[in-house]
Amino acid sequence: MSSIAPPALIHGRRLPNIWDAAAIAVVLAILIGVANVAQGTLAPLTSVQATAIHLNPAYLPGYALRTTLRMFAAMIASLIFTFTVATLAAKSRRAAIIIIPILDILQSVPILGFLSFTVLFFLHLFPGQELGAELAAVFAIFTSQAWNMAFSFYQSLTTEPTDLDEACRSFGLTPWQRFWRLDVPFAVPGLVWNMMLSMSGGWFFVVASEAITVGNTTFTLPGIGSYVAVALGKSDLLAIFYAVIAMLVVILLYDQLLFRPLVAWSGKFRFETVQGAASTEPWALKLLRRTFLLRQIGGWVGDRVAVIGRMRMGRADRTFRNAGTAERSSRLADAAFYLLVAGAASYALWQVVAFCAAHLHWSDLFTCIELASFTLLRVIAALVISCIIWVPIGVWVGLRPKATKLVQPVAQFLAAFPANLLFPVIVAGIVAFKLTPNIWLTPLMILGTQWYILFNVVAGASALPGDLKEVAASFGLRGVLWWRRLVIPGILPYFITGALTATGAAWNASIVAEVASWGKVTLVANGLGAYIAQATTAGNTSKIVLGVAVMSAFVLSFNRLIWRPLYAYASRRTNLG
Amino acid sequence: MDQQVSATMLLEVNHCGQAYPKDSNNELIVLDDVNVSLRSGEIVGLLGRSGSGKSTLLRIIAGLLRPTRGEVLWQGKPVRGPVRGVSMVFQSFALFPWLSVQENVELGLEAQGVPRAVRESRAEDAIDLIGLGGYESAYPKELSGGMRQRVGLARALVTHPDLLLMDEPFSALDVLTAETLRTDLIDLWSERKLPVQSILMVTHNIEEAVLMCDRILVFSSDPGRVAHEMTVPFAHPRNRLAPDFRQMVDDIYAVMTRRKSPAELRTQPAQVATGFATPLHPIGTNLMSGLLETLAADPYQGKADLPALAAALQYEADELLPLGETLQLLRFADLEEGDIKLTEQGKNFVNADTDTRKKLFAESLRAHVPLVAAIRQVIDERWNHRASAVRFRDELEDHMSPERAEETLRTVIAWGRFAELYSYDEEAQQFSLEDVEEE
Repeated sequence: MSSIAPPALIHGRRLPNIWDAAAIAVVLAILIGVANVAQGTLAPLTSVQATAIHLNPAYLPGYALRTTLRMFAAMIASLIFTFTVATLAAKSRRAAIIIIPILDILQSVPILGFLSFTVLFFLHLFPGQELGAELAAVFAIFTSQAWNMAFSFYQSLTTEPTDLDEACRSFGLTPWQRFWRLDVPFAVPGLVWNMMLSMSGGWFFVVASEAITVGNTTFTLPGIGSYVAVALGKSDLLAIFYAVIAMLVVILLYDQLLFRPLVAWSGKFRFETVQGAASTEPWALKLLRRTFLLRQIGGWVGDRVAVIGRMRMGRADRTFRNAGTAERSSRLADAAFYLLVAGAASYALWQVVAFCAAHLHWSDLFTCIELASFTLLRVIAALVISCIIWVPIGVWVGLRPKATKLVQPVAQFLAAFPANLLFPVIVAGIVAFKLTPNIWLTPLMILGTQWYILFNVVAGASALPGDLKEVAASFGLRGVLWWRRLVIPGILPYFITGALTATGAAWNASIVAEVASWGKVTLVANGLGAYIAQATTAGNTSKIVLGVAVMSAFVLSFNRLIWRPLYAYASRRTNLG
Repeated sequence: MDQQVSATMLLEVNHCGQAYPKDSNNELIVLDDVNVSLRSGEIVGLLGRSGSGKSTLLRIIAGLLRPTRGEVLWQGKPVRGPVRGVSMVFQSFALFPWLSVQENVELGLEAQGVPRAVRESRAEDAIDLIGLGGYESAYPKELSGGMRQRVGLARALVTHPDLLLMDEPFSALDVLTAETLRTDLIDLWSERKLPVQSILMVTHNIEEAVLMCDRILVFSSDPGRVAHEMTVPFAHPRNRLAPDFRQMVDDIYAVMTRRKSPAELRTQPAQVATGFATPLHPIGTNLMSGLLETLAADPYQGKADLPALAAALQYEADELLPLGETLQLLRFADLEEGDIKLTEQGKNFVNADTDTRKKLFAESLRAHVPLVAAIRQVIDERWNHRASAVRFRDELEDHMSPERAEETLRTVIAWGRFAELYSYDEEAQQFSLEDVEEE
């Protein structure tokens, strides 16, 4: 199942092009707009932050529940976004021209840097109510989840098998029926996998978004994240320990009750004509499928839901499809549309330029790029170190089916665990031993994401064809030669998938990892993440926008110039036929 | 037969053509001026090679594809999209893997908004009729190919269509399974148990067409058009071994291997005339050697009857004909009126050792495949002895679909490698003389 590559890799185009430029301008302009609105409303909003967080562990179950609910609210929002926006992009060529590059850019924007503005934005929408802060947190999680899900859904919609499409059309299914009979089921395996990646990343964001400091004001929402933030302020290591335990329980429940059953269930929708080897059924799904009462209830609910999918909403598509791939549409309308897009993009660009001219200086840009290079070095170092550790272990595990069975779920579980909960422990260590923050804060960035490397390598190694392993053994391939000729080419596509996910998340994590505090002590590493974090604390809009833009540019170039060509090369080279 | 007297006209295809725009003044013609009519009570077969546009025609009739020229009349009214009275059976079955057999069969009824109780009983009738009883709750991936196509048939029949369209329905099945399905279907048809008035099927299997159809339309390729129409006068059940049956199969082979008459060639669009861009069949060199050796060896002694050869090799006409045509292109064999004959060059090839075979093959390629000659010429002219494949692909795409162009390019790469005329670097997409020994 980990063979499903992240959308950032499979998406066709490689080099940045004009649409990307337009999309970048639009995304930046939106961010600036949000920032401006939020900025203007900073003053009168100091009254909401009142929620008190208690460090008594008795409160923790309640906090954990609130955190989880936020998570699911965001997931539902992401699903609705996915079903509407991605469908629009797939069904309308014109919409796709706008939506797809923007989604692609948004995937690489470290949204964590904008947390403070979204909080202020929503607080402004619902002044004096907790709802505003709640929505802001949900929105923050949403922004970390929605893009890759929408991408995955869009990809499924555009790669539907032609014969099923023809069957739907010739039987006269209405668009609504087709959506639930073909579009969604076909997308389920990819979508579920991306949902789970999103959820794993989401725990990190939910923890980070519950306690936000903007200027002198701290907004806290009851939850595990704010509990840790308060514990951090009081240097209460025991409370942090409780929080970690609570989170472990939450993730364990989520993993066992949702993740595993859902992934196993999604296997039903995998588009294959031969019956694959039966994988073990997770106990929760087994319970649901085998227990009489639960099955009855499940069946009843399923029937009710299926009826909705069968409803004949809308009219059947009883028209021809034109020959050729692209629909031939009126050139005049096309021209008008492109003009409109160009106009909007130019306006956005002008807004960005005007904003930069008013608030920023060229030297700011150079500072940012310099700091980004430091962070880049840190990301690369962290990546290299985790590869040195996890690739051999992953290969060792992957070649042993029993070990794979044990390690794979643990690695996936650890990937979901929000590493920022563990930061305090490490920071306390750095403070205690008086270590250099510039070096020792680095591991924090990859702490939570290294597991992606591990479980992708394990998946790659366990997928090595048995006959190739036998050939290698019978020719006595050993040592370096065994790695060079068999293992490395075999696991390369998997490894790249894991490394891309890990580094992308590491950039994002740098915003919370390069500045860390323990009680009254604050550690700062030199880097773009710290720059953004400090600008956030100072409420400096222009610096945040600049920092986020530079970071996005780095992430984007990294993906486009290194990972994507590498992945294309690897999958071309390692596939027979 | 008597029912055909009072038969009503179901479908008329009038001067239908299908062309894909290549660029502003160039187009690729897939179907050219096709006229077909269909009455109730008959099974009509569209017989032709792959790429002859017969599947395209079926999709036009189904209302899935808009013809670029001409029109289709369904019960007197022009077709403007998928029609209610027409159901389709797919070559690939097109079953929804996440729906059970029952749910797959109910799909068409659901689309029509048939109430649940009616839907279930009608689906069960169709499932029983087609011999799927007991499989209702199974999922497609649990079924064998034959059972899957039965689901495809039940799904098409459950809506009680007037016309059943079948797109090479048995070609994805093994020989025995396909035969069972054919006879089952014909039995149901003869007993008037099928809730359809007429069947139109696409096939490339000559025997299948003669076995099942009342009327056969033979398609020619590039561009696709109806080259020949014949009525099959035999009553069901038909005997494959009957002399009349064999004769008809032979006749159709003859029609399909007949060279185009000068009149036909003259009306061909200019695109085919430029030899450089002739589409090539992706035939491997081992396959060619194999057939040449078989022809030279004992029962055949250099000459074989195509239907007999096909039967002996367990090939279908669709597989054997491209192979024969390729050998003819290279002047190793001749195709004539349903026979294949080894030429002198072909005999030399068979008797030679590997190195000489490569030389003979190379000579033949350079003499008779203009594309190979052109590639080698460009390589020789270049100072670095390298030539990009992109330019050749672009030129090919001006004359054929991108898929055919890619296939043709792959074929000349493979042939050129075997003949050691040039080598090819996949990563750089370049032809070169790297592994080629200088002569």
